[in-house]
Amino acid sequence: MERDDIIEYSLYTHHDDEQGKKLRKKIWMVTLLLTLVTVVEVFLGAMIKQDSAAWPYVKLTFIILTLLKAGYIILSFMHLGDEKKAMKYVILAPYIVFIIYLIFIALTEGAYVGNAVNSYGA
Amino acid sequence: MAGHASNELSTESPWGGKVSPFSTSYGKLMMWFFLVSDALTFGGLLIAYGFTRHSAQDAWPIGEETFNSMPFLGHGYPLLYVALMTFILIVSSVTMVLAVEAGHRMDKKGVIKWLALTIVGGFFFVGSQAWEWSHFIHGSEFGKVELADGSQAIVKGHFGEIKSFKVETAGAHHKKGEVIKEDLLHAYQHAMSAGQIKHDGKSALLTLHDGSIVSVQKEADEHLELVIKTNGDKYKIGNKIEGKEALNIYGEAVYSGEKNRVIYGANLEQNEYGPQQYGQFFFFITGFHGFHVFSGVIINIIILMGVIKGTYHKRGHYEMVEKTGLYWHFVDLVWVFVFTFFYLV
Repeated sequence: MERDDIIEYSLYTHHDDEQGKKLRKKIWMVTLLLTLVTVVEVFLGAMIKQDSAAWPYVKLTFIILTLLKAGYIILSFMHLGDEKKAMKYVILAPYIVFIIYLIFIALTEGAYVGNAVNSYGA
Repeated sequence: MAGHASNELSTESPWGGKVSPFSTSYGKLMMWFFLVSDALTFGGLLIAYGFTRHSAQDAWPIGEETFNSMPFLGHGYPLLYVALMTFILIVSSVTMVLAVEAGHRMDKKGVIKWLALTIVGGFFFVGSQAWEWSHFIHGSEFGKVELADGSQAIVKGHFGEIKSFKVETAGAHHKKGEVIKEDLLHAYQHAMSAGQIKHDGKSALLTLHDGSIVSVQKEADEHLELVIKTNGDKYKIGNKIEGKEALNIYGEAVYSGEKNRVIYGANLEQNEYGPQQYGQFFFFITGFHGFHVFSGVIINIIILMGVIKGTYHKRGHYEMVEKTGLYWHFVDLVWVFVFTFFYLV
């Protein structure tokens, strides 16, 4: 008897040569973008020193560029952009909520602990 | 309720059964869930790093000063090598996505080609990381110096080249008057950290392993700058000492004859770059990531063997390539964050 309780989805997501050409073009565009962003990051890091007044803005730029790179890798290379909306948020929501909160609290607390150690000794 | 026969499943709702609500296979979904949990591990590591860094403040090393070397080229290339590693990993991610795309066209040859290239990229990355670890462990030419007041300073400037050693007092392996021209930097650094180096006003005298005492023919160090990384009685974190004063207190420290006044490179107890935790985070975060890359390469090789044997072609789909691809992209993704938060910022 043939089993009808096993359902495999997304296994036969085949495409033809025409679509493949389009997809490959997109992949190379994303490659170019990721490379450019990395070059810009290294260039900025080499030009502007950490003790300069512009550094906080450079730091912010780095974080934005990193999120941009991460976004392209997740949504394009890992094809999460093509998945269903529900699945997308199952994967992404923990980070959007949790990581931002944790970064904020850890960095604020870290700076506070550092000040306390500097002022009163370890 | 217990005892009741289950009702007929409704297939109208996506959660009613017989339908995959996410239109994704079991294997792919589980890979995603694994990646979600693995990302939390890396997130935890990077956040712990951020916490420690923010509490250490000015004592923390600056990435572009610590990592400024290139293989064969020497110093003076801030972050270029790490950027190259990033590029290699991005490219190997691209070849992976091309392998997945070829799989969707049932193009077996294409999958083999791109997957093999991905594996090559992975090996390049792991090799680069080995080089960087080795460099980090061995350290710079100057090292970190403990000054007379108990503060610790990293040393910047041009390290005068060591020309040769001339044996002044014979030891077990060397005769008096012999000129040694090999393994100079290593012997010099060893004597520095062991406190077996003195200065008689003309040249530095150091004691080698075999007990012979040699005079050092070395060009003068230039543009010396000491940057304080640990508080002492006189100098505080962030102080910079330049010019003649720097030369004087540097000489005072390294020719003191005391052990461990100069530290080179890094191990799990101390490092020349900054606080102890810096070395530990470097080894743990990049090591944990490198372990991921290495296992990724192994998994890719196993999948490649399956592709070559035609296992997936017979199955009618290349989903296994997609799954290992997800893992591989994830490794790249983590590196993007490590690159920014460990090296750049």
